Amino acid sequence: MKISCEEAAHICNKSQYKEAGLWEIIKLKWHIFMCKTCAKFSKQNTTFTSLCDRAGLNVLTETEKEEMKKDLEKHI
Amino acid sequence: MVLLEKNMVAYKLQPENWVDQYADYLFNYAVARVSDAEIAKDLVQETFYAGLNSAKNYKGDAAERTWLIAILKRKVIDYYRKINSKKGKAEVRVNYSAASDAEGDWLEEQVADPFSKDGDSSIENEELGLAIQECISKLPKKQSLVFKMKTIQGMSTEDICNELGINPSNLWVMIHRARTALMGCLNQNWF
Repeated sequence: MKISCEEAAHICNKSQYKEAGLWEIIKLKWHIFMCKTCAKFSKQNTTFTSLCDRAGLNVLTETEKEEMKKDLEKHI
Repeated sequence: MVLLEKNMVAYKLQPENWVDQYADYLFNYAVARVSDAEIAKDLVQETFYAGLNSAKNYKGDAAERTWLIAILKRKVIDYYRKINSKKGKAEVRVNYSAASDAEGDWLEEQVADPFSKDGDSSIENEELGLAIQECISKLPKKQSLVFKMKTIQGMSTEDICNELGINPSNLWVMIHRARTALMGCLNQNWF
């Protein structure tokens, strides 16, 4: 049941991507209940996830960028 | 005069870094305006070309990125001009007069709805997106790559590990560092 802060952070990160198991989340909640530092981190981390969702980020894939680079190099 | 020229040499553009440094930022900016990824990509590409062609006009009074954004703005405007001229005309619709025989508080209805925050929030979200993108660009290359694949492209842990040849615990360490750095960066620049 007891986990370290590193483990808690790891589970917290995983849960941001919905990859944490149920038992892991229970352990995390228990840890957060007792550890103020991790509680703060967890809250910030979750906020950050929701900010990322809200911002509707877009990126070009690496292959697209490689193509762009090659194309651009021809013109340099 | 000679001195001036010497100074100008100092402001040299670095087109070879453009794609790595600014492509995502410009792409986000463009997607928010044309809402089509393919078109946005083309506009970014065109912006880079235009930047190359007019590199000699760059005086260094703005940061490289600001300068490129200024070009992209023109490209977006040109794009809308082009699709409008294809249609042959810009459409102007005045809806209200057609329904003006509707009885009641028509004047009040035309006043902006104080409870509608849609406009504001979409602008805010776009600025937020650019702020996050700017913070991402400050991350070490590998971290930003992993973060983008995981968070923005939504790839599975397994796929990313295969593609980059790293193991999952590696990945989570990088994600953790990236997220911590980004939170710190946003704390400074956004809140």
